[in-house]
Formats: sequence, structure tokens, C-alpha cells
Amino acid sequence: MIVSVASGKGGTGKTLVATSLALSLREKARVQLLDCDVEEPNAHILLQPTFTDREAVLIPVPKVDEGKCTYCGKCAEVCAFNAVAVLGQKVLVFPELCHGCGACSYLCPEGAIAEEGRAIGVVETGDSRGLSFVHGRLAIGEAMAPPVIRKVREHIDPQAIAIIDVSPGTSCPVVQAVKGSDFCLLVTEPTPFGLNDLALAVEMVRKLAIPCGVVINRAGVGDGRVEGYCREEGIPILLAIPLDMEIASLYSRGIPLTEGLPEWRERFLELYDKIEERVGVGTGQTVNGRKTPPFNRVR
Amino acid sequence: MKEIVVLSGKGGTGKTTLVGSFAALSQSKVLVDCDVDAADLHLLLSPSVKEEREFWSGHVASIDNKLCTRCGICEAVCRFEAIKNLKVDPISCEGCGFCSQVCPEHCITMKERMAGHWFISETRYGPLVHAQLGVAGENSGKLVAVVRNAARAIAREQHSNYIISDGPPGIGCPVISSLAGANLALLVTEPTLSGMHDLERVIGVCQHFGVPVLVCINKYDLNEENTHHIEEYCYTQGVEIASKIPYDNVVIEALVRNLPVVEYVKNGVARQIEALWQTIARALEA
Repeated sequence: MIVSVASGKGGTGKTLVATSLALSLREKARVQLLDCDVEEPNAHILLQPTFTDREAVLIPVPKVDEGKCTYCGKCAEVCAFNAVAVLGQKVLVFPELCHGCGACSYLCPEGAIAEEGRAIGVVETGDSRGLSFVHGRLAIGEAMAPPVIRKVREHIDPQAIAIIDVSPGTSCPVVQAVKGSDFCLLVTEPTPFGLNDLALAVEMVRKLAIPCGVVINRAGVGDGRVEGYCREEGIPILLAIPLDMEIASLYSRGIPLTEGLPEWRERFLELYDKIEERVGVGTGQTVNGRKTPPFNRVR
Repeated sequence: MKEIVVLSGKGGTGKTTLVGSFAALSQSKVLVDCDVDAADLHLLLSPSVKEEREFWSGHVASIDNKLCTRCGICEAVCRFEAIKNLKVDPISCEGCGFCSQVCPEHCITMKERMAGHWFISETRYGPLVHAQLGVAGENSGKLVAVVRNAARAIAREQHSNYIISDGPPGIGCPVISSLAGANLALLVTEPTLSGMHDLERVIGVCQHFGVPVLVCINKYDLNEENTHHIEEYCYTQGVEIASKIPYDNVVIEALVRNLPVVEYVKNGVARQIEALWQTIARALEA
């Protein structure tokens, strides 16, 4: 079971929800938290994992052997990203533009192009008191988050409940993180910004054909338009977290909600039950065209 | 003409709230929403769209089934797992064209993608250039470059003093594109451990690209101990704290009425934001 936690708008409480859900489930099932917000990962701040492994994320970029090169220009011609240029008797490679597709190396008629890894970030794995933890960190100054996200996702344990913390927005990094999920939780706040970006996020998960439900955070501020929108669109509101200075204060100090206010565990377990019901786990239905992994029902 | 971009690393710290108020406070400017995949600034500025343009960018592979001999070479070479059972998944396709280069039947073409729309609008505060990246869209950095270039052209034509850009969260492609050539970045943070962690990373990006920064601590009174840590950190980095803004419900009340805070109230946070804009304007003079 893969549950992604996305939002459209930033700062609505994705990490709060993802970490609380993971911690509530921890004692009941095999659980994994994967932080796919590789630009600004925050889940580790709340979960304080002990890291046991660290792996560089490498993009294979071309390395030209000028001894073999005839400057025919094929590499530059096939590169869709202008990462290779041939100027007279010189081949210029711009590694930061290279997406690592491998076309230049494969198509070089002289076999003059090898590939070497260029590090654009790291993936760290570890454990937070029985909770398996994975996150990626894009290196400062690097633009391409999706390869780091793909690397984080390679660690998904098919036997576990995998909870994915996603970056804000609806563009390629978000899609990389969300696609293939069995369910997507959309965390929003009851303000015009929250509503506008929720609608964009809903459009995204519908395009990916992933069932979704909404968590309203800071309920009580703003207006009632988010509820109205969810009613009209037939999207279930699965949980509401009130605007509460105690909750805000816990988060500001990096204390998970379910540790500071343990009564929330039960509510997050209920939230998970609702998710399970909606994806039909335990009823033998297939999810996303494959049989869902066998694991014990949570409660 | 000076360009300022408002960034934060962490989302939801108050970038758009501040830019909406700067729009009301500043004279002679062009406004830009660089958060092209979840744009919100238009909700405060109520623009009327004057021009709408399509954003074509990147390519996607398309297999002609009539010519395809099902040899599977395309699938074998694709590193993005975008071809499965000889069908292209447009969401995974990176647009590299490797498959079309190696197809022995030449039956794969690379088609240009319509990746979104962008708009030149008029608001009661001046022109706004904004965009909507297609859902699940790619090349957000390029779309950011497109809207910023359009804003520069308008600013030159109108002899504007400022280009004020509302930036995206994060530190990746659209953020780097928002920073290119900016005179100043205002970094909005909040006194949470997440906000602090993300501020450090976005300061790193600005330093990497050589853009001067000012920091604003929003909702500073939610955790004054953390606020103090941010102040210490900024001091060690040689970064100036331009403003500390307290938490105030009027911010959301104004938002619900689709108004910049400074047009909804005249004191309290509104004064703080006004003073912040003056600090920014002075920093841009220097």
C-alpha cells in the first residue's frame, strides 16, 4: 500500500500529516516513510531517524575521448537538451543541462563517448524507532529534482505501508513522487489560496487516476469554500485538524503531533482505515492493476 | 529598473501575502507570479487578462503503430521507463528523443508539448505577468524564464522602477530560474524547525548564484526562541533581517476578502509590511 501526501499549496501541513500517520501506524504494521520533497526535506526533523546508509544520486553524463572523436557532431545533433556542442575541433559538454538519457554515448559512431556519474544529491536511509525512513536531498544549486525522487522511490518496500511526503505544487517533481500511489491524501487549508491549489492538485491526481481524499488543516480559519468544493466534486474530507496554538507550537519545535498529543493517534488510525476502505485493500480487489501486497489489517 | 524576487524554501510562509501588499505599496512596477504550478497572486490582485499565450516546451515521443514492427528497441534504450508494451507514457517521457533516434523503422516522432499558458494582465496596481503550467507539466523553469522576460519587456517600455516577483517554494529548477539576474531576494521564513532548515538551503542557493538577500521572519512570535536562533544564524551568515512580522488573524481575514493586508487594515502588521517594503526599496537603491 502506497499513500502519498500532497497539497498543491506549500505549508498546509503535509509533513505534519505524513509523519503523524506513519507514527500512528508504526506499532500496528510495517511502515515506511519516504520524504520525496527532495528540495526541502523536513520529515527527518520530526522523526529524528538514525541513518544507516547514504548513497549519492548520480546522473550519467558524457565523457568524450578526444583521441577517438572525429568531431562529426552526431552527439550534439541527438542531444535534446543542448548539453553537448561541437565547435570545430572541440567538444563542449554542459553537465548541468544533461538529463542522462545516454543517446550521445550510444549513437556516437566512433564509440568515443563513455559516461561518468555526476552527483546531484543524496538518498539517506535509516530507522526511526521501528519506522523505516528514506529521504533524498537535492544538492544546493542543482535544478533537477526528479532523478533524486526516483532514487528515493526505489526504496519502496512492497510489503510495507509506504507513506510518501511530497513537495508542494503540481509539476514534474510532484508527479514523480505521487505516481503509482494507491491513494493520495491532499492536505489543504480553508483559505482562497488553499482552495485554488487544492483544485489544481485534484486535477493532477485525477490525471494520474489515483483516488484521493482531503485533510483540512487549520480548520476554523478562513471560510467554508473548501468544504463546498469537496462536496461538489464528490471528494471525501477524511480528517480536519483545527487551528490550535498547541499543535502549531509542537510543530515549530519539531515534535510530532502524535507524540505531543497522543490522542491524535487514534484519529490517524481512523484516517488510515478510511483510506483502506477507499482503495479496497483486504477485499481482494486489485489496486492500480496489481494485487495489493498481503499485510495484516491494521486493527 | 530593479528586480526583486520573494522566496522561502518552505512553502506557506507568506510569500504571496507579502507580494500582494508590496503591489499596493510600491510605485511604478510590474508584478510577476513565478510560482507557475500553483499560482495564487492573482487571487489578491483580481487581474483582467489582456493577452493569453500558449507555452510550448519540450517534446514527447509518439509511436506510429502502423509502421511499428514491435522490435522493442525503443523500450530497451529508454532510461525513464516511459515506454511499456510499446506504449508511451507521456508523464514519464523526458523528451530526450533517444527512442526516435534508434527506431529502425523510423516510426517514432517527437511531438512538441503544449505545456501551459501564460498571461499579461492589468490590475489596479499595474501590470501582472502570470502563468499556469499544465497539470503534471514539465519545464517550469523555462516558463518562469518566459514570464520574467515578458515582465522585463513591459518594465522597459513603461520605464518601471521595479519588477516584483512572487517565487515558488523549494530550491530547484523554477527557483533557480526566478533568481537569474535578480537584484535582491527577500527570503520569508517562519520560526519552525522546518522553516529554519529550509531557509538555510535557500540562502545557500542565493549565495551560490550571487544574489543578495534580506530575510523576513513571518509569524515571529509563534516561537520566539526559534526566532532568536534564526537571528543568530543570519548574523553568522552576514544576512540582514529586514523585518519580524507577528502572527495576526487579519492576514487570513484579508485573504478571504481577496485583498492585500495593507488594504484591509492600516495598523499592526500593515505597518510592519510597509516598513519592510521601505527597507527593500532602500536596499535596492544602494
